[in-house]
Amino acid sequence: MNLRRRYERKQTAAALLFLAPALSVLAAFFVVPVAAAFLMSFTDFDIYGLGDLSTVRFIGFRNYLRILETPLFWKALSNTFYFVVIGAPLSVGVSLVVALMVNARMARFKGLFRTIYFLPVVTSLVAVAIVWRYLYHPAHGLLNHALGWLGIGPVDWLGDPNLAMPAIIFLAVWKNFGYNMLIFIAGLSNIPDDLYEAARMDGASGWRQFVDITLPMLTPTTVFVVMLTLIGYFQLFAEPYVMTQGGPLNATLSVVLMMYEQGFRWWNMGYAAAIAFILFAIILFFTLLQMFIQRRVEA
Amino acid sequence: MKPAVRSWLLHAGLSIVAVLTMTPTVWMVAASFMSPGEASSTPPPFLPAHPTLEHYAALTDRLHMPVYFFNSFLIASSVTLVSLLANSMAGFAFAKYRFKGRDRTFRLLLSGMVVPAQVTMLPLFLMMKKFGLVNTYVGAMVPGLASIFGIFLIRQFVRSVPDSLLEAARMDGAGEFRLYRTVILPLCKPILLTLALFTFMGMWNDFMWPLIIMTDDARYTLPVALANLMGEHVLDLELMMAGSVITVLPVVILFLAFQRHYVRGIMLGGVKE
Repeated sequence: MNLRRRYERKQTAAALLFLAPALSVLAAFFVVPVAAAFLMSFTDFDIYGLGDLSTVRFIGFRNYLRILETPLFWKALSNTFYFVVIGAPLSVGVSLVVALMVNARMARFKGLFRTIYFLPVVTSLVAVAIVWRYLYHPAHGLLNHALGWLGIGPVDWLGDPNLAMPAIIFLAVWKNFGYNMLIFIAGLSNIPDDLYEAARMDGASGWRQFVDITLPMLTPTTVFVVMLTLIGYFQLFAEPYVMTQGGPLNATLSVVLMMYEQGFRWWNMGYAAAIAFILFAIILFFTLLQMFIQRRVEA
Repeated sequence: MKPAVRSWLLHAGLSIVAVLTMTPTVWMVAASFMSPGEASSTPPPFLPAHPTLEHYAALTDRLHMPVYFFNSFLIASSVTLVSLLANSMAGFAFAKYRFKGRDRTFRLLLSGMVVPAQVTMLPLFLMMKKFGLVNTYVGAMVPGLASIFGIFLIRQFVRSVPDSLLEAARMDGAGEFRLYRTVILPLCKPILLTLALFTFMGMWNDFMWPLIIMTDDARYTLPVALANLMGEHVLDLELMMAGSVITVLPVVILFLAFQRHYVRGIMLGGVKE
């Protein structure tokens, strides 16, 4: 008994030593800042607070109330939802279609195609946003030149408030579809072949096989991919920062870009912290929704 | 439809998507070799008439690109090394030791993944300011020094290591740390490589935190420098493309060289308990 107790104590001591570096880093630079941000969102921390902490006062929910009364925040929120609601399904849809094509039995050079499709995922977002900014140029951009062949006149993609966000969505889909494609390919290869064999014996068409076998078997993967994409897309920042600075007429201002500008350009840190927590609340909601749906799907 | 026609359609589709996917990147490389102003002429050329290296030379000689490259490399590789050590130790502890509250702590850690990084940035900046770490390499590294995803990845992997292997080493008188160094680390090589790739590429491409913490031009990482360069040189398209090539090339090479290991990380990240 005594020996066993000593063994357990030794195990605990070793485990604590192994955990100490990672957990102290996470505690100091993750847990503490999250808690601090929460407290900060209830203060009037601004540029004076930056110089002298004693000027900072608790102001209750006033930051949150002010944010909800700011038309610009609603603009940023609706822009972000626009990006998420159109961009994420489009992104996932393209990923699924491409995954089905690459995974088709008769497809050749699968590895090569997969690599080509995946490459944009690893590139730096800032670099490709700059490339696309030039591709979208109204006079010299390749895109308008190509559209010219089809008889479509020059379009000011990033200068038109109605088109700037679709242009950013298009860039995001181009950059990201390879990632979800890989997850879909993995999901597809997990579907047992004999299901398709049996369907073929019953004379089911390719379309019927897709609707009756592929889609249902892929549902857990799809739920996972959709939520992963939603959560990532809510954090839209670098594309508008580099391509449009949130313009034209704030048409591409995102929640994170607004938080960045309030916090790090105007030093309204209490106000910015409240914006960050509203974003967190939205992401949390969708994460919980995913867990709920996943449980339903798997049950 | 005849199988031959279907196959032809499928490969046409695959090729069109491939061309669409590659066009921006290929054009970026081509334009970086064009003479100043060439890419903006009408009709826009796709290939340089007289390839030139002058933009690469300008970036190297006048615009401090080697400094930014060094900054990016130093930050990304240091974070990779340190976080690999911290994450693998913690992942090992969660996988192979029995202690009170282990599972609860681990679950709590996992739930932390819900919190978007942007939430931490305001207080983190104030902390760094207090410690005098604004505009320093250490300040830029701090948020990456340990990662929940990394710990999770290692733990899943180490759980598949049979306990008998550890017991055998203990019988031979190995201490716990030697166990980690001589048994666990060598076995973990593939997952460590995967995690190293993820960490390095993630840090290399990271934008928001270096943008916040690096206030002085000399400390910028490549993405921050590039975004900043855009302000002054927006009209120098060819120069900006050369800068983008330099920023993108190292990670693309890394990915092509270790593709298999990188892809495994995505698969493991998608697998639930």
